[in-house]
Amino acid sequence: MAERSPATRRTLWLVLGLVFAFLYIPIAVLVALSFNEGGLPTAWSGFSLKWYVSLAHNSAILSAALNTLIVALVSTAIATLLGTLLAIGVEMRRQYGKGLEALIFAPMIIPDIVLAIALLSFFSMLNLTMGLHTIILAHVVFNLAFVCSVVRARLKNFDWSIVEASADLGASALTTFRRVTLPVILPAVIAGALLAFTLSVDEFIIAFFTAGAGRASTTLPMQIYAMIRFGITPEINALATIVMAVSITALTLSQRLNRGMIGQ
Amino acid sequence: MAPALVWLTALMVVPCALVLALAFFRRGIYGGIDYTFTLENFGLVFDPLYAGIFLKSARIAGTATLIAVVIGYAAAYAIAAAPRRWQPVFLFFAVLPFWSNYLIRTYAWIVLLNREGLITQLLRWFGYTGEPPSMLYTEGAVIAGLVYNYLPFVILACYAPLSRLNPELAEASRDLGASAATTFRRVILPLTVPGIAAGAVFVFVLSIGNFVTPALLGGGRFQMIGNLVYDQFLTANDWPFGAALAMALIAIMLLVLMAQAMAANRAAGRAAEARGNVDG
Repeated sequence: MAERSPATRRTLWLVLGLVFAFLYIPIAVLVALSFNEGGLPTAWSGFSLKWYVSLAHNSAILSAALNTLIVALVSTAIATLLGTLLAIGVEMRRQYGKGLEALIFAPMIIPDIVLAIALLSFFSMLNLTMGLHTIILAHVVFNLAFVCSVVRARLKNFDWSIVEASADLGASALTTFRRVTLPVILPAVIAGALLAFTLSVDEFIIAFFTAGAGRASTTLPMQIYAMIRFGITPEINALATIVMAVSITALTLSQRLNRGMIGQ
Repeated sequence: MAPALVWLTALMVVPCALVLALAFFRRGIYGGIDYTFTLENFGLVFDPLYAGIFLKSARIAGTATLIAVVIGYAAAYAIAAAPRRWQPVFLFFAVLPFWSNYLIRTYAWIVLLNREGLITQLLRWFGYTGEPPSMLYTEGAVIAGLVYNYLPFVILACYAPLSRLNPELAEASRDLGASAATTFRRVILPLTVPGIAAGAVFVFVLSIGNFVTPALLGGGRFQMIGNLVYDQFLTANDWPFGAALAMALIAIMLLVLMAQAMAANRAAGRAAEARGNVDG
């Protein structure tokens, strides 16, 4: 951009500072309070890890965390496999139509609440007992779309002639995939899986609608939602800090493996 | 690719078609669904009571969008004006909060805005002694939550065209005697409209169907379309009406997306024309 006067430059830095303050103060307050000794969630009374300790003894939170982990791991595994195959299939034959494109992008665009009630209606019409398995089925729908789009981005510059060369040299389709295609796209596959995992860990609305009744299938976000609705406790601050640290680590890792994804 | 397509068809296309179909049936006497064709669910959407909620949702989403675009554009402008090597760093930290859980980001605002929260304490520190202001459970709190949650995306969407801006254009405008304000209004702003539009549509669409933020920051007293859909499905047990509301929501979304596509097309056309004039 063009040369700027010192006054303009100061204004720009000020804007940047204010926006970052807006973005980070709420989070910083939350994290700081999670180390707050006192029972009051809003007044500082000394550093303590006691809320983290009390989290570790909260069986409702632990079982919700376990449920979340199960849902996230299983749905990520299925979505990564199916999404990668879908991406390869779509990129190999470029003559697919707009309909297919729309089908793949739709889960990323449809409002969560619409997909959630659609799945709820569908499962109950099938008389399916709802639980962790229905949450997993539902999570694969949107995870699949994200994995597919990450892998497709990587495949855009893929040289398909090496696949042909491999076939010409007598390799089976499976060997070609394992020894040629997969190594090239592996960073994107891992990035896609990390993204899917994080989205699944964080996902609330669809899980909320497809979990069915009962505590047995409560996931961590559902547990957090219930805790928030019934008032502020210092435990939520500690839990929020841990969840935030985990998602930010996983997504930063995903970002490193797949540079430029956020710039899309 | 076949298994993935089967999965998407079975668990997305079919359920969504089912919701569309549900909207045309009657509600059964004891909840449930009475399979006789009717259009009255759609009629009910236009009932003043519900139309009012649609309008209110649109107003809240619109206000949030406006604020997010103003702040987001300013931030994107400042980032694009920063030294080149710092830009990716600033951008990364602008998007980072977006990567944490939505519920937690919303909850952070409860912590800030509640009666004994940071804002009240800051006021006290400055010598305020009266009643703590009630900021939580207001329309303003809902709007603040929406702006906070979707701001990073606006920054990203506006940064893209701002960083690609050719500095010679602004220089040329200044050389021709335009003030900084005129240059911004006549040169920079029009060239970055596509980014603004993309960011605005994103905030609006996600805000208008939101039910978590109104439920948490509006304290349940705040009904938006999302909350209405939620209630019909999980409380009132009137699935056909809930489905009709969801379809209305999708319709609004599609209209907004179409308007954006048309505006983008027009902008592209104008840009091409302008280039033609310069080259010719």
